[in-house]
Amino acid sequence: MFMKKINKTTRYNMITYAIVVIAYAIVMLLGAAGHISSLMEGLLVPLCIYVILAVSLNLVVGILGELSLGHAGFMCVGAFAGSFFSMCTKEAVPGGLRFLLALIIGAAAAALFGILIGIPVLRLKGDYLAIVTLAFGEIIKNLMNVLYIGRDEAGFHFSMKDTLALGLSPEGKAIINGPQGITGTPHDSNFTIGVLLILLTLFIILNLIHSRDGRAIMAIRDNRIAAESIGINVTTYKLMAFTLSASIAGIAGVLYAHNLSTLTALPKNFGYNMSIMILVFVVLGGIGNIRGSVISAVVLTLLPELLRGLSDYRMLIYAVVLIVMMLFNWSPKAVELRERYSLKRLFHLTTKE
Amino acid sequence: MALLDVQNLCISFGGLRAVDDFEIHIKKGQLYGLIGPNGAGKTTVFNLLTGVYKPNEGIIRLDGVDITGKKTIEINKAGIARTFQNIRLFKGMTVLDNVKAGLHNHYKYSSMAGIFRLPAYYRVEKEMNERSMELLQVFDLEEEASHLASNLPYGKQRKLEIARALATSPKLLLLDEPAAGMNPNETKELMETIALIRDKFDMTILLIEHDMKLVSGICEELSVLNFGRILAQGETAAVLHDPQVITAYLGE
Amino acid sequence: MSLLSYLINGISLGSVYAIIALGYTMVYGIAKMLNFAHGDVIMVGGYVVFVLVSGMGLPPLLAVIVSMVVCTVLGMVIERVAYKPLRMAASPLAVLITAIGVSYLLQNVALLLFGANTKSFTSVVTIPAISLAEGQLMISGETIVTIAACMIIMVTLTLFIKKTKAGQAMLAVSEDKGAAQLMGINVNATIALTFAIGSALAAVAGVLLCSTYPSLTPYTGAMPGIKAFVAAVFGGIGSIPGAMIGGILLGIIEILGKAYISSQMADAIVFAVLIVVLLVKPTGILGREIQEKV
Repeated sequence: MFMKKINKTTRYNMITYAIVVIAYAIVMLLGAAGHISSLMEGLLVPLCIYVILAVSLNLVVGILGELSLGHAGFMCVGAFAGSFFSMCTKEAVPGGLRFLLALIIGAAAAALFGILIGIPVLRLKGDYLAIVTLAFGEIIKNLMNVLYIGRDEAGFHFSMKDTLALGLSPEGKAIINGPQGITGTPHDSNFTIGVLLILLTLFIILNLIHSRDGRAIMAIRDNRIAAESIGINVTTYKLMAFTLSASIAGIAGVLYAHNLSTLTALPKNFGYNMSIMILVFVVLGGIGNIRGSVISAVVLTLLPELLRGLSDYRMLIYAVVLIVMMLFNWSPKAVELRERYSLKRLFHLTTKE
Repeated sequence: MALLDVQNLCISFGGLRAVDDFEIHIKKGQLYGLIGPNGAGKTTVFNLLTGVYKPNEGIIRLDGVDITGKKTIEINKAGIARTFQNIRLFKGMTVLDNVKAGLHNHYKYSSMAGIFRLPAYYRVEKEMNERSMELLQVFDLEEEASHLASNLPYGKQRKLEIARALATSPKLLLLDEPAAGMNPNETKELMETIALIRDKFDMTILLIEHDMKLVSGICEELSVLNFGRILAQGETAAVLHDPQVITAYLGE
Repeated sequence: MSLLSYLINGISLGSVYAIIALGYTMVYGIAKMLNFAHGDVIMVGGYVVFVLVSGMGLPPLLAVIVSMVVCTVLGMVIERVAYKPLRMAASPLAVLITAIGVSYLLQNVALLLFGANTKSFTSVVTIPAISLAEGQLMISGETIVTIAACMIIMVTLTLFIKKTKAGQAMLAVSEDKGAAQLMGINVNATIALTFAIGSALAAVAGVLLCSTYPSLTPYTGAMPGIKAFVAAVFGGIGSIPGAMIGGILLGIIEILGKAYISSQMADAIVFAVLIVVLLVKPTGILGREIQEKV
């Protein structure tokens, strides 16, 4: 009986990995045949970043059941930490190893912020949690805009004022430059690495969900009071999900930073609008549906680019689809209608696998 | 010595004494009933016993250990598990996973073993599945193991909640109106199941109930609660014939 | 003298926050939802006045009244179409995510209609500035009107809730929806009325905000909206005097933070206030505690 069930989840996971691998193979084949425009090529790494962000946010929104609007903030921490490391070790460490270390450092830094923010925030619920995560995301972005770090023979110099206040010697160089951010991060990201990181993210999150920890997290989501009554430590598991999600967002940040020559913390890339866009991916892919997040992040990023005429309407379409999806999936009337006409299987996009 | 020993338990909400000078002594293996009219404070007693509320006064001892004022999680670890009046299942999870969640503190492996699928994961998960299926069999739920908990019919949801509580291997099981909303047939079947749990698991059970028939059928001793105070306490037959109890139930 | 002028600016900005916060706090108190789109209704109010005054040459006061009507209708339509169907939804996240969707919708419709360019807003205030202390302290007409408007709104709203039947119905619904219904109160109508009042106030806030800071973009309402929610939480969500106190304190904190700490960190300071409040006293200055029933 339960053997069948285990096979079902294993099969589900395998299909999810396969979708990613096949999509990768198709892109590589098309690329080799010269069918990929430079515009599309430029989208490949951002695509991976969005997928990783969406999957990791789904861990908090879908599996833990709390709405976080600060995901971009963790991405920001990862981006700056990873990029800073790469800038410092540009000459000293060879490319591949350096990027691996940068990924680890970015993930660790974001995880640290995840713990620091999670401890106070996770005491709150629902709307309050959403708005406070949004607040933290904005604070992180603001802090990055007033952060100056430079290095000379004497070591690192730090300031919250301006470059001059760093007091660098003539040979010294400012690495993080306030609103100008970091310039000259080595271009270590590429599509293959992005896809590998997607697979790693999926591996970690899918396996977590179907383990003892994942059950505890979902139990808290479904009924906190009952979870406590059977001895599940709510704080620990909430924090675990939140921190893991943050650290994976940090990895996405490192990927992002090493794909651009200049890294700055703008509302566009690390503001709450970005967090909300990732949330849109998660909602449209189905809350709690990991594979859905992968697909919706890809489709929603590519669609407006493929249909150029639509790109002005991109966010408008997202907004309308978001509202319609929520009404369709959650309003009691729509639920009743769906059940009556038993089109559930056809339309119920948010079914938990 | 009593398994559960409660003395002088009190709690007030904004000046109202919801539970006042409550005491109870339950021996190991006993099936004990807590009855009383609506709003008498029965569920409040459960919430005090499981640490949802902290008592203003009084002592709660389980198996000789003072658990007064401890957190819900610690109390569960100490050996009290419960069900809820308004069923609280993990609705987005399967029936099997609901029970496995109950095994959380008894079958362990590290997070790393879970994520990287180390041998411990497979070994412990297998044990958990076996243990869960055993529990589900007791409640005749093994056919529904892979169904979502929310798709179970009402009566089976109540049973699943009991199975989940038992999965935590408690010393004392608290059942909050297990027969609420059941038809007479289901109630009868449930009574048999409860008696079976007591015998099969050597369990001590404290049961809140409205249904007098159920109570008189299976409980050896009763406490009657009215306006937060104990009205009568003792052997079932004697308590049910107590004139005060009859007045409280049937009105003046 | 500069401290005093910062304080006055802070009270002025805070008055705008207070007016917006009223919308949040009333809706939260009654419908138990965070209306994420409330800030964007402010922006709509701003654009309506902009079009009527700068485009069609209508007198400012008339434009403000039209803007209030437009926003009232908009608020009620949003509630009816997007929020009401989800009032009984199983997931508490559903309505919040929908509200985020509505917020995005309003921003992007404005973007399509008016473009991303900043429109320079002509102030609707014609009162001249007052000069005090031999010209060392200037108080602009906008500041005077904003603070006065905030006072008038606060008093009117308090009287409305205390003295009228509809106001009492609002209190009843915020206390216990089911019981209010049993007492013959039309809960749906009361919630709609709450959205109507909140949105009309948002229009006023929009005009005042744009008159003081005369640049209008589709995103004008978003940040003040979020900050006003912070103000509502600060004062204690659901409490009308709380919204007032929270709004004004937050305005002062923001202006002083900008002046004495760092202009780039002003937003961060405001959000830090939110975090500290929620951690130290989650119910805010005047809020009440609600315990979950087991």
